[in-house]
Amino acid sequence: MLEPIPKDKSELDARFADLYRAHLRDVYSYSYYRVGNHHDAEDLTEQTFLQAYRHFERALRESNGRPLRPWLIRIAHNLAANFYRDRSRKPESAIEDAGMVSAPHTTESLVEGREELKAILAGVQELPDDRREALIMRFALGMDNREIARALGRTDGATKVLLHRAVRQLESIVAERDGLMQPAGKAVERG
Amino acid sequence: MSASAAEFESLLREALSPVEPSADLVQRLESTLVSLTELAQEELDSWELSAMRDPRNWVRPAAAAVVGVSAGTALVALRVRARHRTRRQQSGSVGELARRTLRDVADEARRVVSGH
Repeated sequence: MLEPIPKDKSELDARFADLYRAHLRDVYSYSYYRVGNHHDAEDLTEQTFLQAYRHFERALRESNGRPLRPWLIRIAHNLAANFYRDRSRKPESAIEDAGMVSAPHTTESLVEGREELKAILAGVQELPDDRREALIMRFALGMDNREIARALGRTDGATKVLLHRAVRQLESIVAERDGLMQPAGKAVERG
Repeated sequence: MSASAAEFESLLREALSPVEPSADLVQRLESTLVSLTELAQEELDSWELSAMRDPRNWVRPAAAAVVGVSAGTALVALRVRARHRTRRQQSGSVGELARRTLRDVADEARRVVSGH
């Protein structure tokens, strides 16, 4: 059943607080994998929620009861695009050191000592922007095709193809890196 | 899906695990959002017109008004409001206080627009 659009501001604020609590981690995870460091990810997350607060009532009206996560991620996506355009930056190639931030994050410790996971993360950064974003949404945020399509402004079919190609390209990148490293190892074995 | 493809996607899911925001970010963001909700439209609506005669009160409706403009300018409101007490102590007269307040709002708006 569709929840009615709140009529007074306190109710609207309460709904926004629910949205914030439900999706803070999603927005932060997306931002982090998008920009590659915690400092900029924090700025991006903050700006995303400020923008979302400003347009929340309209988003509720226009969503027709559909989940608002794709809308939030689309805000983060647009802000990240502006961030790179304004500062002429590219995403950082490696995930930064956990020591840079004030609280522990899970990713760095998870990847520590796992070469195959490090290779995958490095490969993700080499993908074209749209493919990288689709993978982040699917695998870090657990979004389905329809949600990703809404966040990226594409059709469901185009999104399915995009995801498929992204995974295949990433596999090739990782295999190529692996292939470049293996001959050295085999040489040692042969020697 | 082949076994190797499924295995690769499983590794990908592990590599791209969700990232927890720091406690500092959570605290800062929640504090900002609470401040925004405090600067509610009702605050502006219920503002007594008579209070406008006293320029020492101008900062509150000015702050509430900019929240309606954009989230970016809402930051202006928060910063200006935070410095209001200092200005009151520094101002020798009511007229001077009003001038400083309005100048601060304009300066902060310029800073936010220029991204500083």
